Amino acid sequence: MAGKGKGFQIFSNIVMAVLAAGALLPFILLAVSSITSETTITKYGYSFIPRDVDFTAYRYLLMSGTKIIKAYGMTILVATIGTTANICMTMAVGYLLSKRDLPGRNLISFFIFFTMLFSGGMIPSYIVWSQQFHVSDKIFGLICPNLMMNAFNVILMRTYFTTNVPVELCEAAEMDSCSQVGILFHISIPLSKPMVSTLSLFAALAYWNDWINGQYYLIRNKDLYTIQNVLNAMQNNVQFLKEYASSSMGEFASSIPSLGVRMAIAVISIIPIMIAYPFFQKSFVRGIVIGGVKG
Amino acid sequence: MKTAKKLTAARPPKKFVLKRMYKYRFLYLLAVPGFIYLIINNYMPMVGLILAFKNYSFAKGIFASPWCGLSNFSYLFSSKWAKIMFRNTICYNLAFIVLGTVLAIFVAIVLGEIRNARAKQFYQTVILIPHLVSMVLVGYLVYALLSYSNGFINKGILENLGMEGINWYTEPKYWPFILTIVHLWKGFGFQSIVFYATIIGFDKTYYEAAVVDGATIWQQITKITLPLLRPTVIMLTIMSLGRMFASDFGLFYQVPMNTGTLYTATTTIDTFVYRAMMEDHDVGRSLAAGFLQSILGFVVVMITNTVVRKVDSDSALF
Repeated sequence: MAGKGKGFQIFSNIVMAVLAAGALLPFILLAVSSITSETTITKYGYSFIPRDVDFTAYRYLLMSGTKIIKAYGMTILVATIGTTANICMTMAVGYLLSKRDLPGRNLISFFIFFTMLFSGGMIPSYIVWSQQFHVSDKIFGLICPNLMMNAFNVILMRTYFTTNVPVELCEAAEMDSCSQVGILFHISIPLSKPMVSTLSLFAALAYWNDWINGQYYLIRNKDLYTIQNVLNAMQNNVQFLKEYASSSMGEFASSIPSLGVRMAIAVISIIPIMIAYPFFQKSFVRGIVIGGVKG
Repeated sequence: MKTAKKLTAARPPKKFVLKRMYKYRFLYLLAVPGFIYLIINNYMPMVGLILAFKNYSFAKGIFASPWCGLSNFSYLFSSKWAKIMFRNTICYNLAFIVLGTVLAIFVAIVLGEIRNARAKQFYQTVILIPHLVSMVLVGYLVYALLSYSNGFINKGILENLGMEGINWYTEPKYWPFILTIVHLWKGFGFQSIVFYATIIGFDKTYYEAAVVDGATIWQQITKITLPLLRPTVIMLTIMSLGRMFASDFGLFYQVPMNTGTLYTATTTIDTFVYRAMMEDHDVGRSLAAGFLQSILGFVVVMITNTVVRKVDSDSALF
């Protein structure tokens, strides 16, 4: 930790700069490719050097109508509903378990905890959601399966409530005839803001980046595609790009700039995260540390 | 995870159970949606595991489908993929654990040595970016690099060196390396931050004393940092071993773009289960493979937890 060598400082900085560049370069390749014209890509391939700057891919996406906006809307809708449901259920169960004198506390803890040890796996889960609850091709198919709550977050939440909300404060509130639900809203949640925001952030990221639910549950209904599902469909099926955009679009009628458009959609999908990242970076790092060290 | 134990330790007096239940009645009520969710999302699929011993038909459902003994399993093991998927899942996991841990410790130590606070913050921020994006997007990034006709590696590097382009998406032999690199690229920031957080928690006086005694940085790293990190490394490694039979579906499905010619190198239990079910409609094999994954996963978690409890009882899961 406390070295004095200047040489080592230089070495460390070089190593970290190389690693940081390694982490960033693929994104730069993506961004540059998205603003390169189709002919240049065909000739020189995807490249880090913008040989020509050309926004045809983005213009194409703008012209292809409301579909991309709709996919964005779906992502935001699913992430909002999902995250809200997730954090509400996580807080409710976590708070219940934080009551030390709760009858049945061990049983409930085991009930929650066991889901971390054993899982039925993807196919039984798919069968339950699609055959018993018929979520396929509905928005619930994107929201409900797997992402709405997990035991690990519940345990983190409960631990935060038990360690950061003084019992004396709750008892004092009880004396003042505040209800248990009142204590949750007026004392426990305000005192647990850092944890609540971190867990919400991780839930929101999970929803934003999820494509697996769409892959399993959106079989026919492509109207519900989120931005990740659009990316996914386009990656696996070049034809999808053509289906996705309307057929007659003036200058693009004959040829779709598919090489650039793919990259442009990919860029569009990460822009919001990149813009928001500096604001949630602290919370993100805290979440990683809490989850990584304890888990 | 120490808390799981505290919970059983502080047992309240048995009296007035009903009174306390009444006191918390609305809290139980608030938690009910969460319980219902876990029953649907987690417990019902566990029951669904019995389907591995049934001849599942979508029309008949879970309970009415007829039993078929072990035939799904013998059918599974009659396929060459059974061996391949277990081999791949285990080997990739071992490679990821070893290389991921070594890289993350290295990065954490180097990051910890950087004194300029701004630079440190910057590096920390940037190396976490790959962790923020979805595997679909990673698939695009890899495609931009490896595409045969337009990829940067073929067009930008190999061609300029006068070499033939490589058809990356048809040659399985490259994929163990590609997938390992992609996994490390996406995860190294995350893992490094975990170790880094541990390192900055160490008692500074060890290092101060070492400097007074004239220890070099190398000596500080090998004699202080690494020994102090050992318990964390052991713990995290054992926990990763507990996920031996799990694999990152996105990495193995999305990054190779589900390419058939690459299956020998990219099939893990998760991708096999998915493809058997959703693409080949080979429900029996899929259910049998999924059943083995769940049961083996459970067994391994129980074993690792027993080991963890022996090594460091505070870190045990339960």
